[in-house]
Amino acid sequence: MTTGVRITQGTFSYLPELTDDEIRAQIQYGIDNGWAVAIEFTDDPHPRNVYWDMWGMPMFDIEDAAAGLLEVNRCRKAYPNRYIRVSLYNATLTKQTVALQFIVNRPPHEPGFRLLRQETTDRIVRYTLEPYAARDPHGERYDGSD
Amino acid sequence: MGESKPVESPPLGPGAPPRETAEVYGTPGTEDRFKDLADPMRDIPDDADVGAEGVFEDSHIAEVLDSLDDELIALAEVKARIGEIAALLMIDRLRRKIGLDADVPTLHMSFTGNPGTGKTTVAMKMGQILYKLGYVRKGHLVTATRDDLVGQYVGHTAPKTREVLKRAMGGVLFIDEAYHIYRVDNERDYGQETVEMLLQVMENQREDLVVIMAGYKDHMDRFFSDVPGLSSRIAHHIDFPDYSVDELMDIALLMAESQRYRLAPDAEKALMDYLELRMKQPRFANGRSVRNALDRFRMHQAIRLYKSAERGRKLTKKDLVTIEDADIRQSRVFKGGVYARDSDQERPDPS
Repeated sequence: MTTGVRITQGTFSYLPELTDDEIRAQIQYGIDNGWAVAIEFTDDPHPRNVYWDMWGMPMFDIEDAAAGLLEVNRCRKAYPNRYIRVSLYNATLTKQTVALQFIVNRPPHEPGFRLLRQETTDRIVRYTLEPYAARDPHGERYDGSD
Repeated sequence: MGESKPVESPPLGPGAPPRETAEVYGTPGTEDRFKDLADPMRDIPDDADVGAEGVFEDSHIAEVLDSLDDELIALAEVKARIGEIAALLMIDRLRRKIGLDADVPTLHMSFTGNPGTGKTTVAMKMGQILYKLGYVRKGHLVTATRDDLVGQYVGHTAPKTREVLKRAMGGVLFIDEAYHIYRVDNERDYGQETVEMLLQVMENQREDLVVIMAGYKDHMDRFFSDVPGLSSRIAHHIDFPDYSVDELMDIALLMAESQRYRLAPDAEKALMDYLELRMKQPRFANGRSVRNALDRFRMHQAIRLYKSAERGRKLTKKDLVTIEDADIRQSRVFKGGVYARDSDQERPDPS
């Protein structure tokens, strides 16, 4: 297998992959703080891609992280080759933002990014990052296996 | 390393801090042996102290059982069963402490009994009890009926049921009148799907939630025979017996006390007579009838006080908290009951 780039987005992304127990503990931490739990997935790893697809509704009313982990595992089963992340949303007035977000699933091989140079006027060069995976149509990336 | 702790015994087994295990085994390096321990039975001396005292105090067993005794009248079988569960959970915890794994016990329950025998009340307490015993992680109670679980069109049921199950995780899911979920005579009923999901979760996620089903005995029996595999997944089938008149009397006094009412001395006799008569009349619902009767007596008392205040009498605190003999004796129950003439028609609960 060729070398790839392990993308690092969100919290804990420089650590080894979280185990299920660690994911459960993080979700429980969020629930105990009163944050809503949302599961999102995507096959476009570009860092500026902030709008991932939602896996079901955000869970505002769960008490225990087992429920969050249940949805993570259902999503993994449906999309084993996509990026999946857990977002813990703080809905407090004046906060209203994602408080903690981490990746819980990634494709087996991440091919990385191509650097594009565009030469424009006055010898200016503009740089663009393009995920190799994104050259394939949506849904057929990462070996197209889901 | 050498200091002795008389009461608090050191934990044993994998993951125990080495300093304290060394205290029991006495040889340095013992902790290394635990790293790839296949059979913990082999390496633990038979007479190792498991530190039962500490766990016993932590588990609040005595506290839980005492509060049950105080708050629930009679129901000896129910209390005995809860005592057994509490003991089992404690022993399991001790076993886990020295590294003897045991399966998580099944704690799903079914409560059967006539109306008003305390099924819902006990279920409400169960979440807190199991939480104190350390069996569930949160101890909240989620109540669900058919409406919350079964969808109205194809594909609606599974997400709806899953939503409720997720909300109940870490606590207790209480399904009242569970037999309404599944209608055997209608095979296109979506309840079947709910039952299947329940069965699966009850089996595979025993440590995540406890399911309690409640309902009338004959209905529940039919429900269990219609759904194979459900009855055997429920470890505790608890039957709630009807109350005797003395127990009903105790319940009435406890309810009155919790609402800050007092019975006048002759009113207690009247209440006894009332209960004896009411038990023989149709649609008697044990504790619920007692509660309704008490509400009715309060109304009788209120109108009596209102009238006497209107006549210019000064009311005292004693007046406000006392239910008199007359408040009880004016009930229709003493005149043969509201069902005396036509017992078939639907009427409100008489008091």
